[in-house]
Amino acid sequence: MTISQVGAIPLSKGIKMSTVGGKQTTSGTALIKRGFAHMQKHGVIMDVTNVEQAQIAEDAGAVAVMVLDKLPFDVRSAGGVARTASVKVIQAVIDSVSIPIMAKCRIGHFSEANILEEIGVDMIDESEVLSPADEIRHIWKWNYTTPFVNGAKNLGEALRRIDEGAAMIRTKGEPGTGDVSQAVTHIRMVNNEIGKLKGIYDNKDDQELIRTSRELQSSLEIVKETGRLGRLPVVNFAAGGISTPADAALLMNLGCDGIFVGSGIFKAEDPLERAKAVVIATTYHDDPQTVLEAQKMIDEKKSMLGLDTKNLDLRMQERGPKI
Amino acid sequence: MNDQLLIGVLGLQGDIEENIKAATNALAEMNQIGKVISVRYPEEIMKIDGLIIPGGESTVMGLLIAIKTGLLDSLSQVLQKGLPIMGTCAGMIVLAKKSYDRVVGNKKQLLLGALDIEIERNSFGRQFDSFESNIDISGIGNDFRGIFIRAPSVISVGPQVQILSKFDEKIVAVQQENIIGTSFHPELSGDNRMHKLFIESIAKWKKANNH
Repeated sequence: MTISQVGAIPLSKGIKMSTVGGKQTTSGTALIKRGFAHMQKHGVIMDVTNVEQAQIAEDAGAVAVMVLDKLPFDVRSAGGVARTASVKVIQAVIDSVSIPIMAKCRIGHFSEANILEEIGVDMIDESEVLSPADEIRHIWKWNYTTPFVNGAKNLGEALRRIDEGAAMIRTKGEPGTGDVSQAVTHIRMVNNEIGKLKGIYDNKDDQELIRTSRELQSSLEIVKETGRLGRLPVVNFAAGGISTPADAALLMNLGCDGIFVGSGIFKAEDPLERAKAVVIATTYHDDPQTVLEAQKMIDEKKSMLGLDTKNLDLRMQERGPKI
Repeated sequence: MNDQLLIGVLGLQGDIEENIKAATNALAEMNQIGKVISVRYPEEIMKIDGLIIPGGESTVMGLLIAIKTGLLDSLSQVLQKGLPIMGTCAGMIVLAKKSYDRVVGNKKQLLLGALDIEIERNSFGRQFDSFESNIDISGIGNDFRGIFIRAPSVISVGPQVQILSKFDEKIVAVQQENIIGTSFHPELSGDNRMHKLFIESIAKWKKANNH
């Protein structure tokens, strides 16, 4: 198989079987959920708050849109509690674009997740951009037919989320800041830890594998599979602070499978051109000449000013359950 | 010149690596010497013996084909010379003549028009309805695991188009001369028979054209 299914829980609640035209069909399997995430690869998923932005994103080559009530930058300035977006807005976006629709729910808030699944979003982001609803547990994502994406700032977090059923991982970064440094830190952290784990796996050192699994607070099964593959068993995207084509290229060159752009596009003054430019730079990230062409499409004077990640009142990456 | 086949996977967006892997495994199972590479530039397109357009988002691939200088030209040229091409899911949409979305309707998007078919995008519903099931493919068998992810279906076909598979009355695989299109993802099923079928047509085409 080209997609790892290790760690999948065979008869979980999210798996639905039916008979269509005399054939048995199965929905919500790890292959179908992780497979959906694989179709997003090399693409750019864009945060939007309304139909107009969703259409701009689709026209600019977004591979999917993520519907929020407020862009992460505005979540920071508004303060208060950030919750899942209005049902009306999500439904209107579903009716207006042909690409996949994702939406965020609060960490641990399985009732918001249930609502998003009922509406019919294509992927649910259990996101630290919203105010966490549970400080102890994340959502048990095997209960859903709809695939989930979760943030992670290190390998242990990523593997625990996969253990819980996440079909896709993204770096946490520090959303809404326009500063990629945290996303870079997180992907480097994950890459270094995987490198180390692969060494242990290749040495066939079972004791060290078990010790590592305890250290990572993740199941041995998923730890072993990650060591064997030398990468996360699910698709891993970059998120948090990406604002320019060069930012997108940087994170792709560090080994990410694709890009999430939050405030970077619609908090800039040139959203359509910038969105297109980020899409081009993501595909041709390893070709400096084409990335230059993309970078020429934007004007730095129109980039979001951003926030200094060292002096933030709210560090979103630190929110939610510790394990 | 030689028996070695050079197969390209359109490397713009989507499950590029998965198709490279499936085609590479298929070559090995066939004892066929060859190489599979990702192609993103006109000069790469011009030197391959066969092309796979992977799964992903058809609107994104269309935009990237239109934007990169010379890419659309090179694709038109290889289509003209009859290069074998296989499109899986979004890849089949890109190859089609006409397409509309089941919910949103007509969407302005670049289509290569190589397959004389009309596509309904997201024909089986949204991701919640994505599914796997055994399907019947002519020339392969009735036990092929079809992986349908927000899959399109073929609504109508022109006279030159052969229907390879139907699922629940919907057309899910077609062939027109050297061009194959599938609604499902043969690259994800762990079964390389579809890729082998395609590679056979590449080998035949290369022999006929290169002597």
